[in-house]
Amino acid sequence: MSTMSDTPNRASAVIIGAGIVGNSLAYHLARLGWRELVLLDKGPMPNPGGSTGHASNFIFPIEYSKMMMELTADSTEQYEALGVFIQSGGIEVARTEARMQELRRRCTQAKAWQIPAQLISPAEVAKLVPYLDESVILGGAHFPTVGVVDSLRAGTLMRENATRLGALTVLAGAEVLGIDTDAAGRVSAVRTTRGDIETSVCAICCGVWAPRIARMAGARIPLTPIAHQMISVGPVPLFADTPGEISYPIVRDVDTNMYERQHGGDMEVGSYAHRPIIVAPDDIPSIEEAALSPTEMPFTQDDFDPQLMQALELMPDLLGDERVGIRYAINGLISMTPDGHPLIGETPEVPGLWSVAASWIKEGPGIGRAAAEWMSGGAPEIDIHEADISRFYGHQRTTAHVIARAREGFNKMYGIVHPAEQWESGRPVRLSPVYDRERDLGAVFIETAGWERPNWYASNDVLLERYAGRLMEREAEWESRWWSPIINAEHLAMRDACGLVDLSAFAVFDIVGPGALAAVQSVAVAQLDVRAGRVIYTSLLDERGGFRGDLTIMRLGPQRFRVVTGGATGMMDVKWFADHLPGQEGGPGGAGVGPGGAQAVIADQTSAWTTLGLWGPRARDVLSSVTPADMSHDGFKFGTCREIELGGVTVLASRISYVGELGWELYAPIEEGRRVWDTVWEAGQPHGLVPVGIGVYGTTGRLEKGYRAYGAELDGSYDLVEAGMTRPKVKEQEFLGKDAYLAQRSSPPCAVLCTLTVDDHRSASGQLRYMLGGEPVLTAAGEPLVDAKGRPSYVTSAGSGPSVGKHLLMAYLPAEYAVEGNRLAVEYLGEQYPVTVAVAGSTPLFDPDNERVRS
Amino acid sequence: MTVLCLIEQAVDGGVADVSLRALTFARALAASSGPWMYQKAASDPSNGAFTDGGAGPTDTDVAGGTGGVAAVVFGDASAAEPKLSEYGAGDAYAVELTGYAPQAWARALAGLAAELSATAVVAAGTDHGSEVMAHLGAITGLPMVANCVTAARNAEGAFELVRHRWAGSLLEDAVLDVTPALLTVAVDAVAAAPVAEPAATAVHAWRPELDDADLLVRATESAERSAGVSLATARVVVGGGRGVGGPDGFGVLEELAGLLGGVVGVSRVVTSEGWRPHKQQVGQTGTRITPELYLACGISGAIQHMAGCLSSKHIVAINTDPDAPIISRADYAVIGDLNQVLPALVDAIRARSS
Amino acid sequence: MEIAVCVKRVPMVGGKIVVTADGQDVDTRMSGFTVSPHEECAVEEAVRLVERHGGSVAVLTLGPPAAADQLRDMLALGATRAVLLETDGREWGPIATAEAIVAEVTGAAADPATSPVPALPDPATSPVPALPDPAASPAPDPAAAAASNLPYDLLLFGNEAADTGDYQVAVRVAHALGLPCVTGIKNLEVTDAGARAKREYRGTEEVFDIPLPAVVSVKEGINLPRYPSLPGRLRAKRATIETRAPQWRADGLTKTGLRVPAGESKRAEILGNGADAVPALVALLDELGILS
Repeated sequence: MSTMSDTPNRASAVIIGAGIVGNSLAYHLARLGWRELVLLDKGPMPNPGGSTGHASNFIFPIEYSKMMMELTADSTEQYEALGVFIQSGGIEVARTEARMQELRRRCTQAKAWQIPAQLISPAEVAKLVPYLDESVILGGAHFPTVGVVDSLRAGTLMRENATRLGALTVLAGAEVLGIDTDAAGRVSAVRTTRGDIETSVCAICCGVWAPRIARMAGARIPLTPIAHQMISVGPVPLFADTPGEISYPIVRDVDTNMYERQHGGDMEVGSYAHRPIIVAPDDIPSIEEAALSPTEMPFTQDDFDPQLMQALELMPDLLGDERVGIRYAINGLISMTPDGHPLIGETPEVPGLWSVAASWIKEGPGIGRAAAEWMSGGAPEIDIHEADISRFYGHQRTTAHVIARAREGFNKMYGIVHPAEQWESGRPVRLSPVYDRERDLGAVFIETAGWERPNWYASNDVLLERYAGRLMEREAEWESRWWSPIINAEHLAMRDACGLVDLSAFAVFDIVGPGALAAVQSVAVAQLDVRAGRVIYTSLLDERGGFRGDLTIMRLGPQRFRVVTGGATGMMDVKWFADHLPGQEGGPGGAGVGPGGAQAVIADQTSAWTTLGLWGPRARDVLSSVTPADMSHDGFKFGTCREIELGGVTVLASRISYVGELGWELYAPIEEGRRVWDTVWEAGQPHGLVPVGIGVYGTTGRLEKGYRAYGAELDGSYDLVEAGMTRPKVKEQEFLGKDAYLAQRSSPPCAVLCTLTVDDHRSASGQLRYMLGGEPVLTAAGEPLVDAKGRPSYVTSAGSGPSVGKHLLMAYLPAEYAVEGNRLAVEYLGEQYPVTVAVAGSTPLFDPDNERVRS
Repeated sequence: MTVLCLIEQAVDGGVADVSLRALTFARALAASSGPWMYQKAASDPSNGAFTDGGAGPTDTDVAGGTGGVAAVVFGDASAAEPKLSEYGAGDAYAVELTGYAPQAWARALAGLAAELSATAVVAAGTDHGSEVMAHLGAITGLPMVANCVTAARNAEGAFELVRHRWAGSLLEDAVLDVTPALLTVAVDAVAAAPVAEPAATAVHAWRPELDDADLLVRATESAERSAGVSLATARVVVGGGRGVGGPDGFGVLEELAGLLGGVVGVSRVVTSEGWRPHKQQVGQTGTRITPELYLACGISGAIQHMAGCLSSKHIVAINTDPDAPIISRADYAVIGDLNQVLPALVDAIRARSS
Repeated sequence: MEIAVCVKRVPMVGGKIVVTADGQDVDTRMSGFTVSPHEECAVEEAVRLVERHGGSVAVLTLGPPAAADQLRDMLALGATRAVLLETDGREWGPIATAEAIVAEVTGAAADPATSPVPALPDPATSPVPALPDPAASPAPDPAAAAASNLPYDLLLFGNEAADTGDYQVAVRVAHALGLPCVTGIKNLEVTDAGARAKREYRGTEEVFDIPLPAVVSVKEGINLPRYPSLPGRLRAKRATIETRAPQWRADGLTKTGLRVPAGESKRAEILGNGADAVPALVALLDELGILS
């Protein structure tokens, strides 16, 4: 081969896959100073034959998740800077009333994120898209900043930029044969058909092939290739004289799961409506075997026929023209993950092996940048914890789970997805020891991290009468989904007597060894050098002082700390601690060496312990009746933990509360959990104990107390000062993010986390409406609120506060607006509702002096 | 055994290259039934075909005389004789027929084969050869096996064949248990090889017995090309891609296309940029072309584009990037800037015709 | 005019073809299927002819039940009648295929006693080459064909199937029906006198004038097939496919296996660099007959 690049013997990083993600990663690493990079692909440049090569290449800025929205916005900026973005505008059209409401929600969401959007009438849609039959639709949401990109060209330019910096060697036609690891299990080399390359960093960016490549090194990348059909029809007479790529807005016919976009002289019609068509990574044809390319698979006509009819319905003259022929039709392969989010980060199994996979064109450049920042040792500027590959539990990484969720998620691509939407496939998987008790009590289950958790208990409907008039019942169907007034009744009953909560979904892990103190001290904001028996609630920060986690650490002994965190972030938190064990880079399983050679080991205890919570004014009475231990206020102080005997079981009791009541978390060996439940249950009956679900634990209680949640209020874009979570002093020991935190403390915050109450729930049509979260917070006059860092105000959490009789919203407000009593507005489904700032900061609305907790 | 080989003639009356390959193939087939075969046949009284008895033919015999390859030429064989001898045709039959009429040619072959008790009839797998052999199969009711790469007779008297499928992307192993074997040769898979010691070819005249109907389908030659060339039917297409640089760069491509009697096509990038109209686009969603020659200039060879031009008989790529995908799909390539190569090419062609 | 076009269902393959583990067939698990390219052009040509001269196009295929997909694809191009000669999926040789087609288009089953196609010589009883006497095989008689039960003016085929490339089904059908036959056609016109068919061979244009009815096989490039429109596709979906059960018989050629040739990675022959390559380029153009 005449002048092909020679394969270098070694590289600072080997990037596998030259699609939009791999190209972007190569460029950003180079920009961040990496040199001796190698980017390889088994296919030719510029289109090696992956998903990028046949992508529909359009970008809608609106998303359901803040992370995806930010990645899309960043990517769009990058595409614009590369000169490959053409703005065309885009319209989501509604064929049903349910969809019209969803479009209103989308437009409101867009407002929360400063994305231009308007709801328009069918006639206005037809003016923008003259070939659309307006009689088929009820209206549309117009997003003027939608555009199309040339992703292949973008990739080429990024590659060239990196090469120009002298940072990159590109190897086309190099197929990976294996990935070697050293004695410590770390990446040591990548073997290819064009030679072997020594390296300690390897990034897998090859999309649908990623699971195969990862397997070579002994890692798992939980995605599945799945087909999505698209056809291209032409020549369209209307498009013959339009210059260039696109002159008409892109149409998303969301009720039919389809889109139509102009593509030069053609109309491209895509569908997510067909049956899920899964292709195993090993069945993807090679470049030589494929008729077109490996990811352009043969079109299955029958699967598309219903969509043909629907497309004809929407655009009858253009698509019904006999001169317009179907001249391209494929089942195009894309990647799907179990939860629909990308897979970014160092694989938990193999240090040095990074996954940067399962991206759409519209996030590709942003994902490349975030991964590059992360690989360079810092926290990505965009908080991508929802895309962290280490988030998966064992069962979520199985092929069966991946495929089942991909199948379930596929037809929801343009679906109306409720904020509390539940997955159905593959359930139940993780069952708490008291699952059958809960079931017998009529638990309505939701799923978190694979655990079945009661949202509320149907048997508690007897409480509805008792608390009638205080239940803030919801009239509208939308906010009633996955909700019941029973939740509010449980809340009130808990605050009146006590409630028993199953917290088995907690992730629990111990850090043990001479280096354990150093291990926790170095990543926690709070002081951890405390007596054994202390329970410390602490945040974790990244090096920029943004939130990385929020959890509880118990010191159980001089060399043992127990970390307890929410199930959703459990696996990520384990990896965080493991990666930051002081002294050396932690390997898998977490063995690090602290200062002076002190070692620490991380042991996952999630499946060893079950946790129940008992809270309420009667909690002490209930527990005292089943344990000889001193449960008095002075005998068992708040924020401490100790082993007690409870009904013949040794239980670790921890006196803290996430619902703002007197009470304890009770940790029992998992096989004894049911006995503990039964013991407490029986003891609690005379005291009015009720079973209480996650509806209460997760929303009502904590909102009344202003307790923040990671992933809602707390993420990488905000800091402790803004969140109102500072303590008087900062510990003298070093911890990750300390410098940034100190700097943040030195000046007043430009945003303040507030709790707001809704003053009037009445909609224009007279219905009482209840916000669910994500809504933009506006001035009373309806103007957006944006702080000095450019962050718009939106509702981070919303829920009932039955004890205060108000619907509560949390939101960061620009400092000048964060004044108690200030009157503002929130927009929900296109209408504005008045709200008042009830708390600026973290003072609880309910029991502000924490008397109950400290009783 | 005698193997008949249909010969196609070059413009000057000599043997076309494809037929040299066919002759080579025919020789190998003829030699594949070895001396033991002849001994068996000679000792079998019921076998009337080989009546000369004796120990069987030697190499010399196979090369000419009692067995081996007999060439069939339509028209005057004299100009063909030297090559026929060089490539081992012991005999040549000059069929008294002018012009090309496939059924008549097949009829002549059928008669000759019967006359000579041919074991096999072979022709190059060209449009003519395939057509004539198809007719021969239809006339005789015998199977005709197309695009053979090797053929040999085995101990049971059946023919063991290897032939092309998918134009050579796949090979088929097969057994033909009917005699005579009617075979065409996949000429791009068989090399032409002259014999070590050529002997003179004995030329005989042959008058076929034809019906009028055999001459119903007969070619007349037309000197002029059909007028009105479109992208889809053009014989030559000069393609331009991103490498052309802009809408103004197509002048030299138009010029070259004009000289070669062809038209200009473009890649998708060119139409997306608005440099040329959509109707000039070659590709999956443009026009699929089937020219004799496709000259792809400054085109990287994206999959969609290749889907539109892979049916071209010959593809020549002109590209600055030796790693461009089109290089592995093209038959020939020039590594260089089209803006330098094409003007030089145009000058060279003009110089030639003047 | 009434035209019948015969098509074949073949897998859609890339540059490299995968053979099944038993070495007998092409592995089609991940491939789609299509109509052989020459035949698609034949259907297009037929549709254009009836658009110009009136009449209708019937499309036939010999293949497994799934071949109905290919018939529907052709209906979407403008054919109005589709017939599936349904097989069990095994390979049919050209002789048996031609017989089945003849039986279908004449509306009669092939009767060995009266068929003009001579029986295959039986190797068991005649070890010597037993070439039938050509005089015993009658030449095609247009009068006989006209009197026969043939409802078509034109039978179109593709020059050869993409996979087996046998080149001969059209010719065999023509002989059986006593019709004139031209192959490899790149230009076809219907006139009052019949048909004028043209093709190019080694630099010259060959013109054939033949009477109708006739059999013509065409090559890709004779036209640019239209793509099906959306309404066309939906009409095809709703159309009825007529199904028959043809009679298989052995041809005398037995496939023993398929294999991928030991290949070299294909690369273009580099003629040279920059303007220095021009002399080699000119020589190539000359050799290819482009410059004459």
